[in-house]
This record gives sequence, structure tokens and C-alpha cells, in this order.
Amino acid sequence: MNERQPAGSDFLRWGKRLLWANMIFSFLFLYLPIVILVAFSFNDSKLGARWVGFTTQWYVSMAQSEAILTAMENSLIVALASTIIATILGTMTAMAMERFRFPFQRTYDGILYLPVIIPDIVMAISLLAFFSLLLGGVNNLLGLEGNAALRPGLVTVIIAHVAFNISFVAIVVRTSLGELDPGLEEAAQDLGANEWTTFRRVTLPLIMPGILGGALLAFTLSLDDFVITFFTTGPGGTTLPIEVFGRIRRAISPEINAISTAMLLVSMILVIVSQLVQRRTAALSSNSVQETQ
Amino acid sequence: MAATFDVELRTVTKHFGSFTAVKDVSLGIRQGEFFSLLGPSGCGKTTNLRMIAGFELPTSGSILLGGKDVSQLPPFKRNVNTVFQNYALFPHLSVSDNVAFGLEMKGIDKAEIAKRVKETLEMVRLPDSGKKKPNQLSGGQRQRIALARAIVNRPQVLLLDEPLGALDLKLRKAMQLELKELQRQLAITFVFVTHDQEEALVMSDRIGVMDHGVLRQVGTPAAIYDRPADRFVADFIGDTNFLPCRVVDHRNGTAHVQVAGLTMSASSDQTLTDNSSAYLAIRPEKVQLYGPDTPHNPNEERFAGVIVETVFMGTDTRYVVELAEDIQIVVRQQNRNIASTRFALGQTVDVGWETVFARVLVS
Amino acid sequence: MTQRRKALLAFLLGPGAGWLLLFFLLPGALVIVYSILTRKDGGGVEWIVDFSSYVKLFSPTDGAVINDFMVIFARSLWWAALTSFVCLLIGYPLAYFIALQPAHVRSTYLFLVLIPFWTNFLVRTYAWKFILNNNGLLNTLLQDWGFERIAIINTPTAVLIGLVYGSLPFMVLPLYASIEKLDFDLVEAAQDLGANYLSVFRRIILPLTAPGIGAGIVLVFIPVTGQYIVPTILGGGKVAMLGNLLAQQFGPALNWPFGSAISVIFMVLLMAAVVFYLRSENRDGEAGL
Repeated sequence: MNERQPAGSDFLRWGKRLLWANMIFSFLFLYLPIVILVAFSFNDSKLGARWVGFTTQWYVSMAQSEAILTAMENSLIVALASTIIATILGTMTAMAMERFRFPFQRTYDGILYLPVIIPDIVMAISLLAFFSLLLGGVNNLLGLEGNAALRPGLVTVIIAHVAFNISFVAIVVRTSLGELDPGLEEAAQDLGANEWTTFRRVTLPLIMPGILGGALLAFTLSLDDFVITFFTTGPGGTTLPIEVFGRIRRAISPEINAISTAMLLVSMILVIVSQLVQRRTAALSSNSVQETQ
Repeated sequence: MAATFDVELRTVTKHFGSFTAVKDVSLGIRQGEFFSLLGPSGCGKTTNLRMIAGFELPTSGSILLGGKDVSQLPPFKRNVNTVFQNYALFPHLSVSDNVAFGLEMKGIDKAEIAKRVKETLEMVRLPDSGKKKPNQLSGGQRQRIALARAIVNRPQVLLLDEPLGALDLKLRKAMQLELKELQRQLAITFVFVTHDQEEALVMSDRIGVMDHGVLRQVGTPAAIYDRPADRFVADFIGDTNFLPCRVVDHRNGTAHVQVAGLTMSASSDQTLTDNSSAYLAIRPEKVQLYGPDTPHNPNEERFAGVIVETVFMGTDTRYVVELAEDIQIVVRQQNRNIASTRFALGQTVDVGWETVFARVLVS
Repeated sequence: MTQRRKALLAFLLGPGAGWLLLFFLLPGALVIVYSILTRKDGGGVEWIVDFSSYVKLFSPTDGAVINDFMVIFARSLWWAALTSFVCLLIGYPLAYFIALQPAHVRSTYLFLVLIPFWTNFLVRTYAWKFILNNNGLLNTLLQDWGFERIAIINTPTAVLIGLVYGSLPFMVLPLYASIEKLDFDLVEAAQDLGANYLSVFRRIILPLTAPGIGAGIVLVFIPVTGQYIVPTILGGGKVAMLGNLLAQQFGPALNWPFGSAISVIFMVLLMAAVVFYLRSENRDGEAGL
């Protein structure tokens, strides 16, 4: 079946069976919980875990819940705003890192990776401490009290999401910049294009798949984030994961299954879009492979 | 202002960190000249080209185009265009859009652009390729489009960075002639970078030979081949015998040297010191083999030796003749007739050469 | 660099670097400062230098050799190691299996690994709670089939299942990347030289895919040590990890300096682990040359 496998024997046949068994187990392990969750979001039972009958009532009640709709709206606002800001700043950072040499570049490179590897809870509490000090200081300074006082909310959440998303976007965009032949940018300048025109006419169209990929990743991370949002948000800044977390802690209800299914659906759409983007990138790079032949 | 040179480098030096890529190079290239920068990889020839194009700025010294100092100008403000080694065609643009790119940057109107793009594509004999994407073309076709994209702008100088390097041998030979013909038609100054000595000899009006960032010699192909200025040039271009020798005396570019007890006459452009050691350089095909009792040519010096190796190579035969202990000389004789191949291993022969082809090289 | 290039660099680098400085590095530095300040009732700090947080963290309580905080530290690291190991055990054969498939099938399998990677973590963890809960699907089924119910929610087992479940894609992807790069001619060359299947795996495949194993372990180990969602939802706060401890100090316990001290020690440990990993990576790289 596969030319890369060495010739068979009992040992190999058993090895192959084990590999298959492990593969089936792995995918069951990964997907069964999700499938169950989705299935039971249509279960006509308030108490959950025994199948009674088909219903869409949990979706109806989800769509009628003020709290959930507000949380969805907040999640979208945060994800969109932080993605746009992080994509612009991350792309600029990637350009600087990939096309320039400057002092302490390696150090900065290391710092750029920190938000990616650091556990989110650590970043979350440091931002909590920081925002509380900052907002407290500003309120004191301006004499703001009561309702006029600045509080954490959507704005602080957006700031925090940008802080980790810049790194993710920069890493993804750097990869596509690294794969881009710098000779193309030189060729554009050689033909009379200044830096900006070169970027707009040559660099940007060629790294667009990378930028889109980075933006999609940022959007997903922002939409999914619970921990950092939890510690940087405030009144009126409830996003969907915060709302869902609150409900999970209170009780299991089929309504949560419905919300979860909706969130899964959004994730699926995002992963499919990202795959399409990647396929376009692959198509471009396979062309460039041809070119070198 | 009529400038003496189209491109001029004045004491140009380029450092990359602690590495010196180009060292104190001064060079003038005339209008309409096909000039090649030749040297092994890493010799600084490409850096020189990139400084003329503006991709690198010289650490010191200045670069003049048409008599105007452009040392600090970015590439897009210089009236030169480059044909890149890997062509650097924009993969997201069609062939027409690639060729039109430079004209668009100059703000030329659309009708004029279309006309010139069409003309240029005809000139490189790919008139129907305009709508294609670069990755739909063959290597040779891409090479032509890269050329078209550069010459459509009518640059003052066209820079070519090993443009034929990626092509197979047959295509390369054809393109050499085509490129030379195109240059004659356009009458644009070409600066051509190559590591292929044969390519440089075939195509160039003049050649600059570089090594380790230093410009070793500038001259016509014949001058460089026949009168290499130093050992590196003699070694890099063509094959050369280097016989270790001692300078006996020298006067007016003619010297006498001692090679293992044999006194030989030779020419030299270098500063010689009597009694110092040097090399006598002579190309294998300039050496003539004689059997016993062949009449003597008065322009030649002759020495006796024994053939220790013969290799038949088709158009010619390569002999190694031992003149004295440890002194061997390679000789190439054309196989013009049956008699040419008469020399056999172990045979005693005379070798002779015209003294103008023997060069004394100190370094 | 010309003046123009310098200005361009500043323009490109400035905004991103400024953002990271202000909203990442500065908060991080603030936590270090907070860790040596005095606790303020109701959250926050008094600006009086006080090292008692560190003393509290390291001093034994109630006659026990190690205190509860150290137990949580140890548990987090141990579970992170255990999770990495189990993920490697499942993930390596899975990645190997995928790498052996024909190209067009491979991308489908990879896509299947990638989907959970992109799917909301909270929701996926909740799915396990739905299954493992006392009245959850598992117990309902057990009951219906005439078995005893099992109390699995809020136990270490439940937390570990959740940790492995959430981390598996992070292990498989780097492993796949390094196995896929493996030149299978080497396997045949080794067999040709007389190596049996086990030796081929131990002497050829394993060393050549070591970078993938290293990357996978780092990608699983570090996030797991700081996990908050899994121990909260599947552990019910009864089997706390570092994430819970931190959240508790900055939340209900309102002891910010102590929380900061925990965070600082945690970071020091992780940095040491990362430096150790990078060192050994570099050594491997040089040996490879």
C-alpha cells in the first residue's frame, strides 16, 4: 500500500495494527466528547445526560437570552478590535525583524516569543495588577469617583489581547516574509519603486496569505481566550467564554451545550477558512518551487 | 555634460562587519561598452554590481553614473536596471505587468506603456507571452522576460548578475550570442557579472578580474589572456604552467630567469628585483614540441626534455614534459595531422616558445 | 544605515515594541516589585518593602516538611510531566502513522488533528465535564447497564484526562513535522547494515525526530503547569494546580504580594526549564553538524 514501508514480517504487521489501533483510539478520544456535546444540545431533557428526544428549544432560549447575546457582541468587538490592531502592529514588527539589522535584535526576538510560551495565567495576573495600578492612579490624579471612575472593561481586555496577539501575528507573518525572495523587493526598487510602493505592489500581495493566516489565528485566540479576559475585564465586559464559564460553574444545563455547539461551529468555520488560506499559500509556494526547477 | 565614463568607481571600499567585500576599487566603464566583472565566487564582483545598482552603499569612496555622484542614492533614484541571477520576476503579476512595472513607476501614460511593452517583448522574441504568469514560462523564457523588464526602461546602464547561470549549457551558449547582439542594437552600457571565464572572454569588450575584493586587472579579453598582470589572473583564466624561477636580470620589460639551471627569457609588467624568486608563466598551447633535428625558429628558446605523460583529448593532445628534475611543463598540441600525434611516452623532445608569451610573475 | 532607513525602522518597530513594553514587560516587572511589598486588605499592595511572601512560600507549616504551596508546585510540575509523557505515548505513534500515509490522505488526518487545536478550549473541557459528571453521560450509561456509578469528577484522574485531551494536538503537530522530514532511505540503509526494527527505531528514527519530541514536550509541559480551566472545571478546585493558586491569591484571598511571589518563582522555574531545553537543542544541533 505504501512504498515507503519496508518489506513486511510478523513484527511489522503487528506494528502496523498497533499504529492503526492507536490512531482510531486517538481520534475517538479527540472527537467523541465533541460529538456527544453537540448531540445532547438537541436533547429534549432539562437534566441532561439521558437521551429523551429531539428539540431545538435550547437554541431558541439561547437566542432569547439577553446575557448571551450581549456576551456574543462583546466577544466579537474584542476579537475584531484586537485582531485589527495586532495584525497591523505584528506585520510591522515582522517587517522590521525580517528586513532590518539593529542592536539587541536577538534580545527583542526572544521577548517577542515570551507572550507565546508564558502560561496565560501569569500574564493575566500581571495585567490585573498593572491595570488596577494604572486605573487607580489615573482616577486619583483626575479626581474621578463613583460612576465617573475608570474601570477595567472591554478596553482593557482588548489591550491585553493585542499584547499576546502581536507576537502570534509577527511569528506567522515573519515565516511568509522569510520565504519571500528579497530579490523581488530589490527588483521593484531597481525598477524605480520607492519603499512604500515596493511594499504595496510587491511585498504586501505576496505575504497576504501569511497576514490573513496570522489575523485568523489572532481572531481565534481572542475569541477563545478565557483566562486573560477573566482577569482584565470588569463590569459590562463579559465575553462569551466568561459567560459560559460562569454557567458551567453554577450547573450543567442543556443550554450550555447549545452555546458550546454554536462556539464549535464558529471555530470550525475559522479552521476551514484558515485551511483555505493555507492552501492558497501552498499553491503560491508550489509555483515558486517550479520556478527554481 | 559629457562624462568620460558612464560608470565610474572611485576608491570604493565595502565592509560587511569585519569582512571586507570590496577593497579600494577604482574603475571606469565607457558608454556603450560590454564590461564584465569576472572572478571566483565571493570575490566581490556581485557586491560591486549591487553598489552600482544601489542595493548596497559603499563604506567609503564614490560611485558616479554619467559623471554624477550617486553614492548615497537609493536604487529607485538611479537610472540603472538589473537583470537578476534568479530573474526575480514578480510571481503575482503577468509577464506584461512585470515588464510594465518600471514604466509605471516613471508615470508614463498607459498607451505608451502598452506600446513599449509590446515592442520589447518582440525584441526578446516572446511577443505572445504577455498574459502568462512567470511560473508558466521555461527557464530560458524567464531569462528573456527579466531582460525585457530591464531594457524596456532604456536605462543608462544595464547590470547583469550572472544572468545565464541557471541555464543549461546549450541554452547558455545561444543566449551569450543573443545578449551580445542585443547590446550592439541598444548601444546601452552593459555591466556583466560572471564567474565563467569563457563567457567573459566571448562576450566582453573589456574584463575586470577580481579576487578577494581587489580588482586585479582590467583589459580586453586578449590582453588579459595573453598578458596576465599577476599570478591570480594567469591562473584563473585559462591554464598556465608556473615554473618556479629566480630573476637573473631585467631591463625594459624583458627579463632573464633561471629555472633549475636553465636560463630563460621572458616579459614582465611587474616590478622585478634581481636575484629574487618568481614564477615563469607560460600557457600550454603556446609551447611547441619538436622532434630531434627540427630547424630552429629565431624568436624561440628551446629546451630539451622527456615526455612523461600523454593524454589524447580529441582536438588536441596534452603532454607533460620533464625539463629537469621536478620541473615539468604541460604542453598542448593540436591534432592537425597524423604527424602531430607522433610523440610517445619516454621520448626525448625539445620544447620551445616565443619569448613574448613567457611572463615573469612575482605575485 | 541611512537616515531614511533608520526612520523607517523606528516607524515599523516602535508601535509594536511600545505596546509590548507597556502592556507586557512593564506588568511583568510590576509583579516582581509587588512580590516584595506588603499585603493590603481588599486587594492591592501597600508600598512597604516586605519579603514575608517569600518566607511564607518556603517555610514549613504545621510540622510538615513541605507546605501546601510547595505541594501544589510539585503537583503542577508532576502532572505536567505526566501529561507530556502520556501525550508522547499516544502522539508519537499517531504522528508516525500520519507521516506514513500517502500525501493526499495525510493532509486529511492533519486537518483532523488541527480542528481541536482551533476549537474553544473551555468548551472542549466542558464536554468532558458533561461526560464525567456524577450525573453525567458515563454514570448514566453505567447505571443503565447495571453497573455501579463511579465518582471520577473532581479527582486527579479527571484532571489528567482533561490535560491530556487539551494538550494532545500540541504534541502531535511538532512530532509530525519532524517525522515527516525523516528520510526513509536512512531506515533502509540501517536495515541494509544489519539493524533490526528495534535498533532502527532506537538508533535512527528516535535521534532524528528528537527535536520534534523536545518541541512537543515544551509545548505541552509549559501551558499545563499554568493550567487554570481544567483543574477548575474537572477538578472542582479540590485538586488545585498553580493556576488555581495564583487565581486564588489575586481573587478571593486578596493577597497580591503572595500571589506575585508565587508567580515570580513559577517564572524562574519555567525560564530555567526553557534555557535548559534551548541549551540541549543547541548541543544537539552542533552534534548534528
